[in-house]
Amino acid sequence: MPGLGASFGRGGATQFVQDMANADCIIIQGSNMAECHPVAYQWVTEAKLRGARVLHIDPRFTRTSATADRHVPLRVGSDVIFLGAIINYVLTHELYFAEYVRAFTNGPTLINEDYADTEDLDGLFSGYDPERGAYDLKSWAYATADDGDGDGDTDGKVGEAGAEEHGVEKREAAAGDQHGSGGPALEHARVLRDDTMTDPRCVLQILRRHYSRYTPEMVEQACGVSAEDFAYVVDSLVTNSGRDRTTCFAYAVGWTQHTLGAQFIRTASILQLLMGNIGRPGGGIMALRGHASIQGSTDIPTLFNLLPGYLPMPYAGRHDTFEHYLTSIASKQQKGFWVNADAYAINLLKAWWGDAATADNSWAFDYLPRINGSHNTYATVMGMLEDTVEGYFLLGQNPAVGSSNGRMQRMGMAHLKWLVVRDLQLIESATFWKDGPEIATGELRTEDIGTEVFFLPAASYAEKEGTFTQTQRLLQWRHKAVAPPGQSRSELHFFHELGKKIRARLADSTDPRDRPLLDLTWDYPEDEHGDPDAHAVLQEINGRYLTGDKAGELLPAFVEMKADGSTSGGCWIYTGVYAGGVNRAASRKPDAEQSWVSPEWGWAWPANRRILYNRASADPEGRPWSERKAYVWWDADKASWVGHDVPDFPVTKDPAYRPEPGTGGVAGLAGDDPFIMQADGKGWLFAPKGMVDGPLPTHYEPQESPVVNPLYGQQANPARMVYKRKDNLSAPSGTRPGADVYPYVATTYRLTEHHTAGGMSRWLPYLAELQPAFFCEVSPELAAERGLENGGWATIISPRAAVEARVLVTERMTPMTISGRQLHQIGLPYHWGVGGSDAVVSGDSANDLLGVTLDPNVAIQESKASSCDIRAGRRPTGEALLRLINEYQSRAGLTVETGNTLLTGGDEADR
Amino acid sequence: MSLWRNQLHGPTDPAKDAGWEDPPPRKGFFTDTSICIGCKACEVACKEWNQLPMDHLGMTGDSYDNTSALGASTWRHVAFVEQDAERVEQARESGRLLAEEGPAGGPATGPRTPVALGLPSLRPGLHRITEQDVSRAPATGLPLTGPGTHVDIGPEATDLEAAEMAARQAAVDGTLPDFRWLIASDVCKHCTHAGCLDVCPTGALFRTEFGTVVVQADVCNGCGYCVPACPFGVIERRDRPTDANGERLKTAVKNEGVAQKCTLCYDRLEIGAKPACAQACPTTSIQFGDLSEMRQRAEERVEALHTKGFTEARVYGGDELDGVGGTGSVFLLLDEPEVYGLPPDPRVTTADLPDIFRKAGFAAGSMLVGAAIAFLGARS
Repeated sequence: MPGLGASFGRGGATQFVQDMANADCIIIQGSNMAECHPVAYQWVTEAKLRGARVLHIDPRFTRTSATADRHVPLRVGSDVIFLGAIINYVLTHELYFAEYVRAFTNGPTLINEDYADTEDLDGLFSGYDPERGAYDLKSWAYATADDGDGDGDTDGKVGEAGAEEHGVEKREAAAGDQHGSGGPALEHARVLRDDTMTDPRCVLQILRRHYSRYTPEMVEQACGVSAEDFAYVVDSLVTNSGRDRTTCFAYAVGWTQHTLGAQFIRTASILQLLMGNIGRPGGGIMALRGHASIQGSTDIPTLFNLLPGYLPMPYAGRHDTFEHYLTSIASKQQKGFWVNADAYAINLLKAWWGDAATADNSWAFDYLPRINGSHNTYATVMGMLEDTVEGYFLLGQNPAVGSSNGRMQRMGMAHLKWLVVRDLQLIESATFWKDGPEIATGELRTEDIGTEVFFLPAASYAEKEGTFTQTQRLLQWRHKAVAPPGQSRSELHFFHELGKKIRARLADSTDPRDRPLLDLTWDYPEDEHGDPDAHAVLQEINGRYLTGDKAGELLPAFVEMKADGSTSGGCWIYTGVYAGGVNRAASRKPDAEQSWVSPEWGWAWPANRRILYNRASADPEGRPWSERKAYVWWDADKASWVGHDVPDFPVTKDPAYRPEPGTGGVAGLAGDDPFIMQADGKGWLFAPKGMVDGPLPTHYEPQESPVVNPLYGQQANPARMVYKRKDNLSAPSGTRPGADVYPYVATTYRLTEHHTAGGMSRWLPYLAELQPAFFCEVSPELAAERGLENGGWATIISPRAAVEARVLVTERMTPMTISGRQLHQIGLPYHWGVGGSDAVVSGDSANDLLGVTLDPNVAIQESKASSCDIRAGRRPTGEALLRLINEYQSRAGLTVETGNTLLTGGDEADR
Repeated sequence: MSLWRNQLHGPTDPAKDAGWEDPPPRKGFFTDTSICIGCKACEVACKEWNQLPMDHLGMTGDSYDNTSALGASTWRHVAFVEQDAERVEQARESGRLLAEEGPAGGPATGPRTPVALGLPSLRPGLHRITEQDVSRAPATGLPLTGPGTHVDIGPEATDLEAAEMAARQAAVDGTLPDFRWLIASDVCKHCTHAGCLDVCPTGALFRTEFGTVVVQADVCNGCGYCVPACPFGVIERRDRPTDANGERLKTAVKNEGVAQKCTLCYDRLEIGAKPACAQACPTTSIQFGDLSEMRQRAEERVEALHTKGFTEARVYGGDELDGVGGTGSVFLLLDEPEVYGLPPDPRVTTADLPDIFRKAGFAAGSMLVGAAIAFLGARS
């Protein structure tokens, strides 16, 4: 979540879900919260009962819209224009929270003179490298006082804390993910500021100019939103922000799954900083994660590019020594807590390799694997097709149904030597070799597939112990209700057993490459069923003192972590969850018996803080902005920060404290630097680092769009990751020849009744009967245009696939008028799949239609916007299906280059 | 005749009528459809707890409603109704008339007034929920403390800006939307005078101490008299589920052929637990408690919505003077009942039983008298 990480310093929801009840206005955009987070939605309902205004801004009228005060339909992928126009409006009319912006954001900070904006370069920022299709980030840096004359000449040091400065390298490592728990590094915190915010080079002025053409008229033309609706949204936000009132934003994958998804989130972050809504009750940005423990799976990651606690995975050739690695994370001269990255890394290495990690061997840093490119999930599948990836573990994942370009996924798996599927059911990814769509078309024959598939039944959530870390960074202990049936086992059991078996196999090895496995601390106590003790794992994650009086005791907080090997801890941000030997994740004190913040319900990282950056809930002098929104404030008598939550600030730091210029680390934080994980202690309106595709969000059209970018010659994100492959063709955009072959916009989503690829719902009769069939949602106008009948069948064709769906004709889908032209959007829930054993319901998968073009910050696919055609009737079967897809492709004149030209500025024909 | 009257129509305490000595307060639901998000958790929780079989696997094409109706295997049903602005306007107007007419108002057009709202008239001015309103909001189990609870905007606000904001809020609250999606969870009404129970010849249906109506599957002989006796079409005999093509599945299901319906989770009530649907509802759209309180909450919520300009809000059920003596399940609807598939003026099918008996008795008496006269006449 680099959008939040680069803006505030931590890539997680800025507040807790219950706090949404304190909002005076809730803007839900890029999320269908009522359908996808129905339990959390109770707090939106609560806010509404208390009188808050709830707005839903979304291409579709959903169950969220049904209970909102107003639904504002918006063209898919035009969110940056919409939010950018609000930014422009509040800046032009001076409606932003000036005092907050001046004190707590980088609004007054000066940017160096080499910076050129998209307004100057027709949609590009300075530093674009057309050869590599990526940005050099240097010119976006802060101006620095180091050269003494204050004219803004850079001294060549700013922004060079990390070794990897070129966007292409950042992109390969999906470096944005690292900002989950700390902002991007700066060389130091000596910056130039203009507190009047009038200098043309200060961030606020750059912001004004950047969004100057994002007007209500542009919103009407490009987003399809009426001037009246736009005014209503602006009015709602402005009247519900300020000292006395706060507005909260909520988003989910409706924002992330775009080729500039991280920038959508950045736009909202800028807006919330301008309105002074970060760090305050009823404010913030609620990042609604997609599954039960997705936040947990980035905190203690399943990602290729991260280690626990958002430490980056070392990159071959760049981080060959431990020192190089540490320097790339943070400079000792920058402000805040991230300067202690050495301690966090050493504690992790001690947790993993115990006594084998010593100062002499750089704490076993060389035991860590290295990455050497973007090994994201799609690159991995392409590796399968090239036979460089031979084996695959699938744990609770069903890529044959749930991933974009399903055909590529299945074809890739057919190249594997072995595949392990651990799931509750025999999902499509376990049976594609005998009943997948490619068997039906004749592209694959079972007897030709050499993949050996192992299916291992998994224990469900009620059959195993451990924690979930949910959307608001809250760890909650999950008790085992019953033993898993038959041979089903927990993940913990599986990996522990796998590790034991591999280590036994290697026990006599003298090969140095086996040392990392053999030296691993792998000694968790087991119960009578052979299940490792989940408490022991959580304690290892929490960390312990290794030496001294307290040796063996659990660490109370991450500030106790030392960089000398005297402590260990598996994930620094989780330190404290087992403080005092108490499993705080299992705290379940009823809300009636504690304060409304409920600190004794579960445990939230970091340090059980529920609202992050809560220093900003008080003014620069430390007084609450208002009585009504008091949360954390400075108590001069006690010389301490006090309030309803754990202060997200050094507790005894006086608001008036100002460090000596050039002081780094925690001591470098001034008394008015609320963003303690940011290198300069401020909220970033402008991101000099951290985003590889621009310091400010800029509107680009999706990879496939029937609309010409109305703002710039540059059509789509110039730094997006394209994959030019015959099995991944794209439709032409805008007015390019062939664009009319795929004239409609498709957007995919989920329904309350099902769970993602269906493994947990299509096999359950009670859920399956509620939404038994794959359907498409179309407007009555589109139905008339294409002869579609409600309840009948339709075939949807994209450059990658053709699928059939039942038709739901509904006024909930609104045709949009974009630049005078009618544009139709088609809604496609993606829960169904072909194949799998004994599913109660099955059907074609919407994800088969999608291509693989990725956001450069986080390597997420653009599943929310793609081009397609729709026609009445069922699709052909067998080879005829392939002929239909081919016929469309040749009619549109598709080649691997189509839509994949990164730089299109100035060349009308290329747009 | 008063005994008959009480047991077959009009206000009464059904548990006492059924012979329960000192029963607990009558229990019931209040389903507030204005905050329902259509998640169908109630449907699933109900099926889980009561171990009901799957019903059918066909997609109906009727918005997001693939359940269609209440039945023997579906005891909670969420309806989805898509409406345009014209219909919303009509609903708003009919609700306004309903509120203005009050209990005495005759049903000049449309259905009769189900319950007295006691609204003086539409109140201008107060447009944000005040502290007092919060305290009267449904007991959600959510903490009503913390920032934002004490909203100092209202008639007493001195701050000019705040007053302006209230005015602005007034301008948008109740603005007619272009489109709306009504979502409502339906359930057995547990009528004061339950036709199903009145006609059951085996005693399988009985009145519980909570005033609810429950079928005992092991007593029911599947005669089916209760099915047409229900004015709401709730109770049915269980059949096998159907597949996507409407074909019945071969596998037998539990209690096949036996009449089934919502028990208001009698087993859970007996141990002091909430019914499964109310427990599972994430937004407190389904509330459970003493029926008198449910009725009061419904009226208060309607009043709050009317104050904000949503005059389409109305209470359904719960009026002791209606055709079933008041329902045990009260609803807040945002349009006329027919829109949700509910009868506008439900009447217990056995309401006329005394009259029928009386008339039959009179007829029989007349016959006897006639016959006697005939004989006497013949003699003379």
